[in-house]
Amino acid sequence: MAIKTRMDLKKIRADQEAGLVLDNKEEKNIQIIVGKGTCGIAAGAEKIFNTIIEEIEDQKIKNIIVKSAGCMGLCYVEPTIKLIVTGESETIYGNVDQETVRKIIERHVIYGRQVESHIFEKPAADILKEENDDNFDYRQYRIVLRNCGVIDPEKIDEYIVRDGYAALEKVIFQMTPSEVIDEIKASGLRGRGGAGFPTWMKWSFSKSVKSDKKYIICNADEGDPGAYMDRSTLEGDPHSVLEAMAIAGYAIGADEGIIYIRAEYPLAIKKLEIAIAQAREYGLFGRNILGSSFNFDFEIRLGAGAFVCGEETALIKSIEGDRGMPTPKPPFPAIEGLWGKPTIINNVETLANIPVIINKGSSWFAKLGTQKSRGTKVFALTGNINNSGLIEVPMGTTLREIVFDIGGGIPNGKAFKAVQTGGPSGGVLTEDFLDTPIDFDSLVAVGSMMGSGGMIVMDEDDCMVDIAKFYLEFCVEESCGKCAPCRIGTKKIYELLDKISKGKGELSDLQKIKEMGNAMTKASLCGLGQTAPNPVLSVIKAFEEEILEHITDQKCRAGKCKDLVTYTIDKENCIGCTVCARKCPVNCIEGERKVVHKIDQSLCIKCGACFEVCKFDAVIVS
Amino acid sequence: MSVKEASGIEFSDKLMTFIEEWKSKKGNLVMILHKIQEEFDYIPRQAAIKTAVLLDIPLAKIYGVMTFYNFFKLEKPGKHNIQVCTGTACYLKGGVDLIEELEILLGIGVNTVTDDGIFSIESVRCIGCCGLAPVLLIDGEVFGKLTKDQLPEIVAKFKDK
Ligand SMILES: Cc1cc2nc3c(=O)[nH]c(=O)nc-3n(C[C@H](O)[C@H](O)[C@H](O)COP(=O)(O)O)c2cc1C
Ligand code: FES
Repeated sequence: MAIKTRMDLKKIRADQEAGLVLDNKEEKNIQIIVGKGTCGIAAGAEKIFNTIIEEIEDQKIKNIIVKSAGCMGLCYVEPTIKLIVTGESETIYGNVDQETVRKIIERHVIYGRQVESHIFEKPAADILKEENDDNFDYRQYRIVLRNCGVIDPEKIDEYIVRDGYAALEKVIFQMTPSEVIDEIKASGLRGRGGAGFPTWMKWSFSKSVKSDKKYIICNADEGDPGAYMDRSTLEGDPHSVLEAMAIAGYAIGADEGIIYIRAEYPLAIKKLEIAIAQAREYGLFGRNILGSSFNFDFEIRLGAGAFVCGEETALIKSIEGDRGMPTPKPPFPAIEGLWGKPTIINNVETLANIPVIINKGSSWFAKLGTQKSRGTKVFALTGNINNSGLIEVPMGTTLREIVFDIGGGIPNGKAFKAVQTGGPSGGVLTEDFLDTPIDFDSLVAVGSMMGSGGMIVMDEDDCMVDIAKFYLEFCVEESCGKCAPCRIGTKKIYELLDKISKGKGELSDLQKIKEMGNAMTKASLCGLGQTAPNPVLSVIKAFEEEILEHITDQKCRAGKCKDLVTYTIDKENCIGCTVCARKCPVNCIEGERKVVHKIDQSLCIKCGACFEVCKFDAVIVS
Repeated sequence: MSVKEASGIEFSDKLMTFIEEWKSKKGNLVMILHKIQEEFDYIPRQAAIKTAVLLDIPLAKIYGVMTFYNFFKLEKPGKHNIQVCTGTACYLKGGVDLIEELEILLGIGVNTVTDDGIFSIESVRCIGCCGLAPVLLIDGEVFGKLTKDQLPEIVAKFKDK
């Protein structure tokens, strides 16, 4: 059925609501939702889904609906399923295998008794549920991820029934483009792609330019390694991003939206394609949307594995089919972008906020967050943390709340060392900043940046020189080579760090790194080179002592810098079992049965295999 | 370049239709290269030459674009290309150890192919499954929370596929 008028849209919503009520409350009082994001599928969600269907058919259970949705945020215990019994609170089960499915069906579905051992509520437990919408005491609050893990992203009706496309309808029929921009301005929304630029301002630049053609681009390149907020949003709720792009188009006078998405995200691409096709079929995109004079349609363009293409001007070059190299700004894309036309580029997460702001109003949105950073932020919490997963918290939440309350702290009783935010453009935050409220400005003030939302937790076993080197190596590979400060600077700093990690550094190297870093920040053409020194500069600031140990004592306290580590065998503990000698890939361990073994240091490649296999603590790392 | 040179490779009908459809669109090159790689697993030189003829653009432009983007391969990968993630989360959790172990197991280095053409190893940056770190990807299938010990079994599983 095509949606030609506003009444048609209302009817779908009403029908669906009635349908769902019937499904849920009367005949079908139990719902099982299987999280089928990329992580879920990787962990076996597809198989779990089929097992559930088979089980309920076998057992002839009729009062149940089983459906797929996106990620629920509990990445560390995938596959996850959510069980909702009407009138009761919902249960999230994690690490679900076929056996667990059977238990859940037998105990929970049939007898209403939970399977305690597989209940995993963190990090999702403290998500505020809609019923008490105005209670902001909860740690997590879902705006961007409101539909993720809730609706089936392949069914547009499920989106529509949860106020989907209501915001687009509202702007087209009740608001002028200027009013839309004013509403976004009042909400205080700032770009979630990293820089935190006020969204309304960009929009108003483009709006003010007269042009026969304008573009809205969604930046779904998500190049920060270790971040997957945008992937999860697109996989779990593609329509919210599409709707927002159409709203942006209405506000600035554009009729074409382009989604630039990295090719490494096949599932997200598929969900977008399905969503676009369904919305087109309904007539929600295309010409004369809902019977109005507004036209808007989409195209998907794939990235091809270049981090720099997340930068706006490079992204435009890539869409134009060229090498993705940045160009100087100004001109800014908002004035002169794709094919020379005014172009708005917004991040996935920025966009996903927009329909909610329009529906609930800017004053509702502005209640969340801090004075200068309104709303929420999605983080991908990874690294050495217990509950690694996807979280959405109000801006201003402290690192301590995120790492220790929501994230459950550090595994294996290790000590917290640092959190890295902002990826290759960001910096490390140490224990001293655990109580800093996180927002755009506070992170910059302490030498890091918000970045797109990757949050990587490190413990005492992680070496900060190694981490800095990792990011610099990344930037060496990803620098496009167009400007000298970035091309040469990243390489030179990397070489110095490599030297330090091998125990061959000199004290003057630190000064050199700082000077080069500052020069790169000032002189590089684009954000990549300007921010590439940030990780190393912040490590020098926060962990100077640890770096100095590498230089003056040739010591790596975390034992990660291989050249500074030696493996030896403890005479007391070694029982001569030969396990290590057999495991050694270069055969550098000498020793017969029941005779104490010996490692030939000249041949040892320091792979650590002997250390890992020894059951008698006889291999010593020093 | 001669038409003869360009005819050294066959494109499927599906690929030809795609190219026809995109030919008139501006900025089509990256999208077309994606489709070619989808068909051949890499971009053979002959395919690049043929594309230059079909789109009427210089071959140098195609190589310029192909070599800029990490995603495009100029060499044929193994039948099963093992992509090991070395994004930040996987790096912290030992992604590099996985590569080293695979190198020992298969006797090849990164970006090379085993003699029988069955396996190749590639290091990739974040496939968005950081919660399952360290991860690797074979033929689109993701393996997460890996330890080195699991690798022989995984390799064996694909060997005869
Ligand atoms: C090297 C580099 C990489 C970037 N990568 C991304 C990215 O992957 N995703 C993104 O949304 N923004 C990225 N950005 C920021 C974008 O250039 C741009 O600021 C953002 O997409 C604007 O959207 P917003 O205002 O909604 O945040 C990157 C910037 C630089 C300099
Ligand atoms: S860092 Fe490996 S999947 Fe993200």
